[in-house]
Amino acid sequence: MSESNSSQPLLTLSKVNKSFGAVHVLQNVDFSVRPGRVTALVGDNGAGKSTLIKGLAGIHSFESGTYTYEGTPVHVTDPKQANALGIEVVYQDLALCDNLDVVHNMFLGRELTKGMGLDEAEMEKRATTTLSGLSVRTLKSVRQNVASLSGGQRQTVAIARAVLWNSKLVILDEPTAALGVAQTDQVLKLVRRLADNGLAVILISHNMNDVFQVADDIACLYLGQMAAQVDAHEVNHGQVVELITAGRSGDLGLPDPSTTGAVA
Amino acid sequence: MSTVTTAPDQLPETEAQGLGQAWRDYVGRVRGGELGALPSVLALISLVVIFTALEGSTFFSAFNFANLITQSATIVVLAMGLIYVLLLGEIDLSAGFAAGTAAAVLAVTLTQRGWSLPLSLAATIITGVLIGLFIGLIVAKLGIPSFVVTLAMFLALQGLMLIIIGEGGTIPIRDDTVRALMNSNMTPVAGWILFGVVVLGYGFTTYRAMSVRRKSGLVTQSAQVWLIKLVLLAGMLGTAVFILNQERSRNPNLTSIQGVPYVVIVILVLLVVLTYNLTRTSFGRHVYATGGNAEAARRAGISVARIKIYCFIACSSLAAVAGILFASKDQSVSPSTGGSTTLLYAVGAAVIGGTSLFGGRGRIRDAILGGLVVAVIGNGLPLITDASGIQFIVTGLVLLIAASVDALSRRRAIASGRL
Ligand SMILES: Nc1ncnc2c1ncn2[C@@H]1O[C@H](COP(=O)(O)OP(=O)(O)O)[C@@H](O)[C@H]1O
Ligand SMILES: [Mg+2]
Repeated sequence: MSESNSSQPLLTLSKVNKSFGAVHVLQNVDFSVRPGRVTALVGDNGAGKSTLIKGLAGIHSFESGTYTYEGTPVHVTDPKQANALGIEVVYQDLALCDNLDVVHNMFLGRELTKGMGLDEAEMEKRATTTLSGLSVRTLKSVRQNVASLSGGQRQTVAIARAVLWNSKLVILDEPTAALGVAQTDQVLKLVRRLADNGLAVILISHNMNDVFQVADDIACLYLGQMAAQVDAHEVNHGQVVELITAGRSGDLGLPDPSTTGAVA
Repeated sequence: MSTVTTAPDQLPETEAQGLGQAWRDYVGRVRGGELGALPSVLALISLVVIFTALEGSTFFSAFNFANLITQSATIVVLAMGLIYVLLLGEIDLSAGFAAGTAAAVLAVTLTQRGWSLPLSLAATIITGVLIGLFIGLIVAKLGIPSFVVTLAMFLALQGLMLIIIGEGGTIPIRDDTVRALMNSNMTPVAGWILFGVVVLGYGFTTYRAMSVRRKSGLVTQSAQVWLIKLVLLAGMLGTAVFILNQERSRNPNLTSIQGVPYVVIVILVLLVVLTYNLTRTSFGRHVYATGGNAEAARRAGISVARIKIYCFIACSSLAAVAGILFASKDQSVSPSTGGSTTLLYAVGAAVIGGTSLFGGRGRIRDAILGGLVVAVIGNGLPLITDASGIQFIVTGLVLLIAASVDALSRRRAIASGRL
């Protein structure tokens, strides 16, 4: 189902830090993502998940630490740079235009042109290819307006749009938060297929069922620190919940303050 | 690997869509709240039927048909410009006086300063560009609602017009070319040539688009549907040209009046160029995106501010073109040019034609359909009643109905869209 554990990381963060004023939001965070695997990023509200993602996507940059991409250190300081590296983010509140059709949305801001005008035929062809490459069969037509789609179909379009650009890393911020059971299943299967097609996927989720259904790796942030990044098959539901709420579980996670003398 | 089967599974069709499919798609779109040209065409047909029934002989005469075209031309061009800002969900209340100000520049440079026609026309259009640039910069960069900015401009431009026109009050237009625009007609033969160019041009471009899609292996309408559309267009335009080519002079022995008014060329060129601009270029796509979801447009890397500025420039520049038509129609420019109900009728025309006040939905052709509805009311009602008050009330009601259709179809689209 997924690539071997030994594949080289696509992206590695080492000891990155980020503060907003006096608030030290990310503290010496280590994090890595491998191609062909879904890495779930979990943590309580305010743990720093979104801040970490925004740093990866160049919306703001880390203050210290190293950001390695495909083996070379990079400094990603704006979103276009991240796009150029092959990093695409699917935001929680979908950035789709209801009044445009599926093709128009997938190519929005990066339309293909031929001569003076748009190359509609080529765009439609590529959109259709991308959607069928993801085995998306639920769209009646790629020429229908996004307004007429269900929540799951909209999420599908947003994800397909991220994949269209030969991206290597797709980051999804709570893609199933607003969806019903059937549609959640539909989107999770799509997330799985992205990884099976060789992409690296980061999935932020609060839903443990979702996480265990698709994730290969689980990275848990606790108050701005990386409590643990583990193989999903080596932990159970309860351990992950403990990592989220207490930062440690048994010998996993952050050192116990009572044994090291640190103050939480 | 599993496939997704939660929603009604339907594989995309790959063969050409026949008549039945085209009709089912259309019904589906209308049911889903995408009414398109339907309401305005229905309104146009019922108004024509009503007026013909009540005052058939005078209303449905060739003379009146030509009147309809020249009466609606200024409103149509203004509405075309307004569609750019309405698509963004903005408004330009000053477009009427932008037309007036541009017309004043035309009159002063042409009649008083004796500039050559091209130079004078250039100055007129540049006036429109500058007005639009000013409004656009303030709306986009300072974030002041366009309603307020253009209300201020509505007043300021009236003042500017007075200053440009000066004490005299009314400046005559003596240039024959400008006067001909709204007052002269093509020869009947030229009318048929125009008809041929339009029908062949439409047939050729739509056929080429179809074959490009077929070559790319995409779903396309069948040749049958294409032919029916082409025949319908040819039938409608042919009828119009035929009627306009009839002698409509009250006294044919003295002066002959027949043929398609020259202004029709202006309208057709604008229709083609602006429709291309809005539907076939990245810029146009970004206009719709900004009006549909500005935040999504911004995240997609579109400069929303730049789009806004360009749309206000488009609006005021087209208002300047309307200004030229005003000057031609009245054969003079006065401080009231572009004032009174001009702007309201133009906004009304766009909305009646199907452009949404909520942004994100509208087409250039809406200006023509809506402009014709407004002109038919203005043209037909006086034949029935002398009370000019009735005309205002009826036009107001039609606008209200159009806005309600807009709001209801939008609600319908939202309801049928998000489950
Ligand atoms: N732009 C910002 N300015 C100041 N504080 C911020 C900013 N963004 C996030 N924070 C703070 O950083 C912490 C982590 O936030 P965030 O990364 O959004 O957490 P999560 O996504 O895990 O819920 C929170 O305490 C939040 O208040
Ligand atoms: Mg968050």
